[in-house]
Amino acid sequence: MYEWDFTAVIENSGLLWQGLLGTLAITGTALAFGLPLGLMLALSRLSPRKWLAWPAGFIIEFFRTTPPLVQLFWFFFALPILMDIQMTPYLAAAITFSIQSSAFFAEVFRAGIVSIERGQWEAARAIGMQRPQAMRRIILPQAVKRMIPAFTERSIELMKTTTLVATVSYADLLYQANELAQKTFRPIEVFTVTALIYFTVIFGLSLCVQAVERRLAVSGDSTVR
Amino acid sequence: MSQEPILTIRGLHKSFGDNHVLRGIDLDVQQGDCIAILGASGSGKSTFLRCLNFMEIPSDGAITHAGKTIGTERPGKPRVYSEDELTKVRQKVGMVFQQFNLFPHKTVLGNITEGLRIVQGKDKASSDARAREELARVGLAEKADEYPSRLSGGQKQRVAIARALALAPELMLFDEPTSALDPELVGEVLNVIRGIADEGRTMLLVTHEIGFAYHVANRVIFMADGIIQEEGPPEQVLKNPQNPLTQAFLARHKQFEF
Amino acid sequence: MEYTWDFGSVWEYREALWVGLTNTLRIFVICLFAGLSLGLAMGLARYSVRRWLRWPAACFIEFFRNTPVLVQIFWFYFAFPILAPFEISALMAAALGITLNSAAFSAEIFRGGIQTIDPGQWEAGRAIGMRYREIMARIILPQAVRRMMPALTNRGIEIFKMTTLASAIAYADVLHQARLIASVNFNPIEAYTVVAIAFFVILYPIVRATYALERRLAKGD
Repeated sequence: MYEWDFTAVIENSGLLWQGLLGTLAITGTALAFGLPLGLMLALSRLSPRKWLAWPAGFIIEFFRTTPPLVQLFWFFFALPILMDIQMTPYLAAAITFSIQSSAFFAEVFRAGIVSIERGQWEAARAIGMQRPQAMRRIILPQAVKRMIPAFTERSIELMKTTTLVATVSYADLLYQANELAQKTFRPIEVFTVTALIYFTVIFGLSLCVQAVERRLAVSGDSTVR
Repeated sequence: MSQEPILTIRGLHKSFGDNHVLRGIDLDVQQGDCIAILGASGSGKSTFLRCLNFMEIPSDGAITHAGKTIGTERPGKPRVYSEDELTKVRQKVGMVFQQFNLFPHKTVLGNITEGLRIVQGKDKASSDARAREELARVGLAEKADEYPSRLSGGQKQRVAIARALALAPELMLFDEPTSALDPELVGEVLNVIRGIADEGRTMLLVTHEIGFAYHVANRVIFMADGIIQEEGPPEQVLKNPQNPLTQAFLARHKQFEF
Repeated sequence: MEYTWDFGSVWEYREALWVGLTNTLRIFVICLFAGLSLGLAMGLARYSVRRWLRWPAACFIEFFRNTPVLVQIFWFYFAFPILAPFEISALMAAALGITLNSAAFSAEIFRGGIQTIDPGQWEAGRAIGMRYREIMARIILPQAVRRMMPALTNRGIEIFKMTTLASAIAYADVLHQARLIASVNFNPIEAYTVVAIAFFVILYPIVRATYALERRLAKGD
């Protein structure tokens, strides 16, 4: 029978906290860039101009269809050679997850925008609005409200995916856990605690999402996936 | 009346793919006309109305608005229309939809000021004042700060009318404005429309309310198969129709009139 | 700066990549079948009338949906061997993590799909004397699976993408092999570009097929 011993984990809990901060930092960075970029991609993809819609569609589909770990390795190992820049684990992770999440956010934006009834477009045009005005003033404010659950769900997915940065030595929670496990020879306790930390944070966020969804459902507003 | 028509329509065609909905419509609309457009569903009457403010882009033909023909002519091809030009036309042609299409994320006042502020660039104070004026006209002054979801269908449609009127259009289009309403709410909307007609505002109205058309319109158009089958004063078209299609249509509807 | 692309060096090691690809396919097939079967079992348990079945299933689903799959893989690779009385290979650890994670996600798909079927179908089944098991197998699931196809295909695509995580514990999948090639001939650009394109070429036709399927279902239902 294995004897569990958490003292090593508790004594070194500072490392894990730092790791959690690292996870939150990379998630935050990816959100900060991914959301606006996703909106731009969605608007481009919906544009009547083919030269805008086509490349946007390709970027979205490519980054949704290839594994994020391949993307991360590409940006970490290949991009610095092409661009002649100093690549750090943080920069590679930031680039990868900003673009990768923007591709997914773009589809959320698009689903929200196309879910708005045609009549709203027509009413906006009938009072003389041009397409960009109608999009900004009438369509997007309504669409964003419907997208909130899908957004939060995507953000949670993003946080889970950021664990991949551990493979390029960015000090996120998983990376710190791995270091700690090797240092203390207590992998069971370390990885179990790490899994529980992730579970607590992510499950907590999921509960918030469900609460928001229920509130939206009560107010009679539909949501998009 | 030998005045210049406010709106001239010549050879208007509209197809959706293989479906040829409008097959050549000619019409002159004079200042102060109140024209009721009747016809069975699928007759093209709504499409015709929607072409007049370019919700639908005509496949062929020309629309002249206040002496200016909209769009640019191309030899052997349909006219092309620039978004800028259409935006200007739409500000002069107000439209009221069957489904109201109020903006649910804006208050009643916000719905009406939206066009004034964003499209016409007016400041907040004068937009608000103008919006309250129109709200009072449709009898909803006290609802200014409500959201549309709190209004009845009839109230929603009256707000939609105020929204269109606020931009001071030279011409109003009503696309079956009472068809989506519960029967007991039809009257309040028709009263508002009648009030606008009595002011002498130029309007075109697609409707199933034959009695309303008879009492309010000065001209009645009957459409079938994408063309105007019969046109004239309500007395003549509704009481003494010449075209067998008009006669059949009215006979079908009269069954329910009493 | 001008970079001269040189795919020749990758071509030289094509056999290593090929081995990696077959390993990727191997773990994918294992996780797809194990994940979906376990997911169906969990979905049914989650929907069961028996509380002692429903509760553990719910815990399982929530736990594995709400933790990162890479953490699960690390746990099975680094922690589990100490508890388990047998050796755990990288393939087993990765397959365990991905399978359990996929089972949790597909359980929710199955549950959702089963719940969209009109209760009248259950009543009709019971009215002609069928048992729960028969109704589920012969009436409900055949209808539900049709509706779930797009979501299940998406899950399959996710599983395929997830297999790359096995490379993090040195399982010789296609990404791991690319990393090896990049380290011996110092041209990571070509190696990783080839792998990225390979994934896109393999998966994108399937993605398109799910779009078409979704459109057809949207029209049909």
